[in-house]
Amino acid sequence: MPTSAPVLEVEDLAVTFSRKGETPTRAVDGVSFSVAPGETIGLVGESGCGKSVTSLAVMGLLPPRGVRVSGSVRLDGQELIGASDRMLRRLRGADMAMVFQDPLSSLNPTLAIGTQVTEVLLEHRDLDRKQASAEAVDLLDRVGIPDPGRRLKEYPHQLSGGMRQRALIAMALACSPRLLIADEPTTALDVTIQAQILELLRELVVGSGTALVMITHDLGVVAGLCDRVHVMYAGKIIESAERHELFARPRHPYTGGLLHSVPRLDAGRGARLTPIRGSARDTIPWSQGCAFAPRCDNAEDDCLGDTVPLEVDPAYGTDRELRCRHPLQPARVGAGTSGAGVARAATGGSGATASGPGR
Amino acid sequence: MLRFIIRRLLQLIPILLGLSVLLFAWLRALPGGPAQAALGERATAEDIARYNELFGLDQPLYVQYLRFLGRAVQLDFGTSNRTGRAVTTEFLERFPGTIELTLFAMVFAIGVGIPLGYLAARRYGGFLDSSSVIGSLLGVSIPVFFLAYLMRLVFAVELGWLPGSGRQEVRIDATRITNFYVLDGLMTREWDAAWSAFVHLILPGIALGTIPLAIIVRITRASVLDVVNEDYVRTANAKGLATATVRRRHIIRNALLPVSTTIGLQTGLLLSGAVLTETVFAFGGVGSALRDAITNRDFPVLQGFILMLAVVYVVVNLLVDISYGLLDPRVRVR
Repeated sequence: MPTSAPVLEVEDLAVTFSRKGETPTRAVDGVSFSVAPGETIGLVGESGCGKSVTSLAVMGLLPPRGVRVSGSVRLDGQELIGASDRMLRRLRGADMAMVFQDPLSSLNPTLAIGTQVTEVLLEHRDLDRKQASAEAVDLLDRVGIPDPGRRLKEYPHQLSGGMRQRALIAMALACSPRLLIADEPTTALDVTIQAQILELLRELVVGSGTALVMITHDLGVVAGLCDRVHVMYAGKIIESAERHELFARPRHPYTGGLLHSVPRLDAGRGARLTPIRGSARDTIPWSQGCAFAPRCDNAEDDCLGDTVPLEVDPAYGTDRELRCRHPLQPARVGAGTSGAGVARAATGGSGATASGPGR
Repeated sequence: MLRFIIRRLLQLIPILLGLSVLLFAWLRALPGGPAQAALGERATAEDIARYNELFGLDQPLYVQYLRFLGRAVQLDFGTSNRTGRAVTTEFLERFPGTIELTLFAMVFAIGVGIPLGYLAARRYGGFLDSSSVIGSLLGVSIPVFFLAYLMRLVFAVELGWLPGSGRQEVRIDATRITNFYVLDGLMTREWDAAWSAFVHLILPGIALGTIPLAIIVRITRASVLDVVNEDYVRTANAKGLATATVRRRHIIRNALLPVSTTIGLQTGLLLSGAVLTETVFAFGGVGSALRDAITNRDFPVLQGFILMLAVVYVVVNLLVDISYGLLDPRVRVR
């Protein structure tokens, strides 16, 4: 694990959406994490847990109206919360970049791929059109798009889903950013393509020392790529751990539930999945206790009443943090399942090639 | 692309055939008939019979129709009952006026409408937004003849700022080349003629452009509101592009796709003759010619003008479809 100064430090980030006449919604609440150069972290959670909002807040891409962002986001030590639009635009695309979920809707349908790649280069780097064009060919080649010279003149609808995502990655990497945020980059893709894209991200990003934040609900992606994982629920981080640790010994009942709801190839025929009961809407405000309590099998009376803090997990030293009063005991997850087995199973189809063992 | 254009032009043939049958039948079904119109109220039955024989109007309808069709494909629509001049000549004299007027109206509507629609969308819910929505609603609801009349009364008659009738100052003896008065004036360097023709376009042009303006504002506004929430605009912002680049290349470019269709349709509509506006301003275009033809039961002029305007309308729509392909690669035809 790299030990140099973090590229990104997020501290006590909170995002509140408010609309006239409605009670404000706190989508992200007290989120803190940091990413070192060359490190990959995963922000994991189900839809609506605040992981995408966190990434948009870091990039400064939340709409200016009706949104309040507080806390601190530092990129290489530079504070981004409250920074001017102009400064954010200078950093975005150059020092920090983002890859989005749906590659078709994330590309402008009326502009050729080449234009969309070169416009980043022209904006942030001192290149003329010809140089930018040559650089774009090189970029498309690096992300594995065959015949890049021809592809530059094509439009998004003429490319396959995987090619589109590669093109978006090329745009994100155009200026060799220090930080790349990938928001569900494989969700809209076929399983075989998912693996290729993850492999590509690992080669190009992690290899070059770029810090990578993977936002996903797919534990396969986490198992294949991330060094450290932060599990989010209802806007807060509920568990943070190194990847192997998390898969081997999940402590928060929610994390355990996530792991158990992943289908496994090595499970016997007819074996049933164990879903987490209820839905993300069955929640209570954090101020009144643990938001997961209504869905939790371990919940007891003291889970309600006051905010459960995120604390260093007493059972595992300083490297793990946990927001739970009645965590899972390692034996309960065991039950004939080694942690590595869960990780492998979680990787399943989607990360088959991406998750080399013992990475 | 060429095959697409040719196919579209071939589609003109059945359209025009159908239209000519309709027109022919409709005009023959009108009470009175051309002889009555040409000879007046007091014409005797014999006069009418003679007239009908002379113009072949006593022949069976299908014979009349085929004759008419045979001449029409040679662009010969006969002569006007009223002026005795060839219909095609009249059309070529009148149509440039309508084109000038349409161009002025559309430039006005587009030039004001798109920026206004864009600003309204970006200030969604604000004062400018609400007033543009209300204003455009007013714009489409006011009958155009009423607005034209009001504008003429205020700006031409009462205030005397702008001319309120005709296409050019009568005392100017301008040289005619193309019958586009502004263009002719520029070509012959008769600046006062060009200026006078231009000034004569202002009031009718604005009156005529009001409805297209209102429609363009509404569609631009709705379209921009859609596009700013698109993922690709977020991508553009995530790339750190300058605000102006995002606006021009990613928002406006895409937002204008539906607007371009509207512009095309409206242009086609205006070109096919603004009967009401041209009448109010005594503007010598095809619109006022149509009105005269109707009141005088000038069948050759009506038939010829309407058919030629139909061709214009179809061609304009073809141009719109082609331009749409240029703007949006997804509908580009191979």
